[in-house]
Amino acid sequence: MKSFRRIALFLLAVVAVLCAAPARAADPSAEEIVKRSLESFYYAGNDMRVRVSMKLINVQGKVREREMTLLRLNLGKSGDQRYYIYFHAPADVKGTSFLVWKYPSKEDDRWIYVPALKLVKRIAADDKRSSFVGSDFTYEDVSGRDLEDETHALVRKEDLAGRPAYLVESKPRAPSDYSRRLSWIDRERWLPLKEEYFDARNEPLRTFSADKVEQIGKQWTVTVRGMKNLQSGHRTEVVFRETEFDVGIKQDIFTERYLRDAPARWVR
Amino acid sequence: MLASVPPATAAEGIAWNGFVQSHVAARTSGVNCPDGTECDFPSAELRSQLETEGKNAAGNTGFLGRFDLLRDFALDDTRLETRELYGDLRSEKLAARLGRQVITWGVGDLLFINDTFPRDQVALFTGQPQQYLKRGSDALKLNAYPGPANLEWVIAGFRPDNTPTSRRFVLADPLPAGLPRRTEEPGNNPNELEISGRVSGYLDNWELSGYASRTHYRSAALGVTAGEIVGTYPRLNTLGSSLTGPAGKGVLSLEAGYYDSPQDRAGRDPSIENSQFKGLIGYSRQLWEDATLGLQLYGEWMRDYSAYRETLPAGFPAKDRLRKVTTFRFTQLFAHQTVTFNVFAFVGLSERDHYVIPSLRYAFSDNLWAEIGANIFGGNRNGMLGSLQDNRNVYLTVRLAF
Repeated sequence: MKSFRRIALFLLAVVAVLCAAPARAADPSAEEIVKRSLESFYYAGNDMRVRVSMKLINVQGKVREREMTLLRLNLGKSGDQRYYIYFHAPADVKGTSFLVWKYPSKEDDRWIYVPALKLVKRIAADDKRSSFVGSDFTYEDVSGRDLEDETHALVRKEDLAGRPAYLVESKPRAPSDYSRRLSWIDRERWLPLKEEYFDARNEPLRTFSADKVEQIGKQWTVTVRGMKNLQSGHRTEVVFRETEFDVGIKQDIFTERYLRDAPARWVR
Repeated sequence: MLASVPPATAAEGIAWNGFVQSHVAARTSGVNCPDGTECDFPSAELRSQLETEGKNAAGNTGFLGRFDLLRDFALDDTRLETRELYGDLRSEKLAARLGRQVITWGVGDLLFINDTFPRDQVALFTGQPQQYLKRGSDALKLNAYPGPANLEWVIAGFRPDNTPTSRRFVLADPLPAGLPRRTEEPGNNPNELEISGRVSGYLDNWELSGYASRTHYRSAALGVTAGEIVGTYPRLNTLGSSLTGPAGKGVLSLEAGYYDSPQDRAGRDPSIENSQFKGLIGYSRQLWEDATLGLQLYGEWMRDYSAYRETLPAGFPAKDRLRKVTTFRFTQLFAHQTVTFNVFAFVGLSERDHYVIPSLRYAFSDNLWAEIGANIFGGNRNGMLGSLQDNRNVYLTVRLAF
């Protein structure tokens, strides 16, 4: 009787493994999904140039606008990146530029150039969760987060607006302004299609949406995106224009010289 | 060399921008001002700035002009100021800029050691926006970029600081009253030109800079000769360096410099600043979202202190050999960065005085903002900051950009 039960358990286990195996082979782990998503969303190409229009819309519908050129360069396999952001508008901040040396494993280095004073200032960068220029996007939303900052679990496969997607739940390892995040990640293009952030009381906090996805060269790119704060009603719309990949931006662009004097070839 | 600049695909063309701004600072201390001093409003003005900027398609030639038309109600004066007007030539390894231009060096926050370019203390003490804290230099600036270093030379004519005078400020004046006064500014003769140089580069993600200059003091050294008070601008040589980089979760800044007074190497001329060492250490970091704290410790060490003490005229307060100042800055942004609260404080550790500047700014839109703030001087009246305490003021600035 005892041996029969053992055999039955063994057979059950074999069946379980056989059933589970195809599913595991077909679906990458949640970490793998998020890793590929971060690569597609923040590391596409070797370099990138884009003209960014940002609309900051408050709950009364009042609009503030930001017009920028964004340059990005990936530095090999280390995951280090360089970002350069130049403000064309509004008039009061025209000519202001930001330089970010981003590292996956430590705090970023960040500088701002104030044109009226011809002043370059290094700024403390321990604020990945701070708002980027008053928008609903954080610095982290702009330049990427680290895979290890969160734990990830695959919830299910689910289509979203006609695209096949993985639904992944991520929770920050260190206390943060959100307690968990649901991401719908395109199963073929690996771009995030939608993200929902929840606060500590599990109330919806912010929603990200990829409103337009286009193929530019070899790269699938989110060219229209939005972020809405569900608690304040404030939202931000971002449009990428003139997006170019692998145009040959050199590392020396990302230095004090060009922070003071925008590189005419790229910033136009 | 110019041919090596890669061609751009589109011309930037010529852009026009500007703003209109009203700025009023009202004195809050109840002193009776001497005759000739603007007592109620040290600053009351309406200003319009027009900025024009252009560059060619390749980006190797450009210009910028920034002009202020100013109605100064405090001094009942209308004037046109050329804030900046320069032309640029650039190539891959060299750049030149000629004309009136603002130059800012160093790593201090409202503390300047190796940056000896002209400043505007009147603008600071009356709460003008930060862009008015520096004055342009009439200069030729040359940059060279050989590999990893950045070399900069500046050849400039003399321009003084805009220092407080008794027209707008209540100032203690230990010099004899009733004597005629005049100032003699250095001209533009070749032997009176100013030459400054900077070399900077990255050491990993730290930035290291070295500086040297042969320049002038920019506030007048007053001396009594032949029945009149003559202000001159003595020669000044400086040599120094700075270093800034990440430390913990913040930014660490270090700067040091030596000020050599070649016209008074013995330190026995009381009208000329004693040669001195200057240094600062600063640290800034984020406290929480949209809030930043910055601290600095600054010191000036006089080289010939005994000569200074022996020759100090009666009636002048004696400075310490080592003059120490700390500064504090706290900034918090609210409401999607449309509201900025900022407080900056100088605290004189040696002179037991202080100068605190709180301010609150609200951006009504992308083009319209208003700021209220105060300039609060206090403490020991013999201190540099405390001596200004009759000039405490509150200010209001409104700017509409177009």
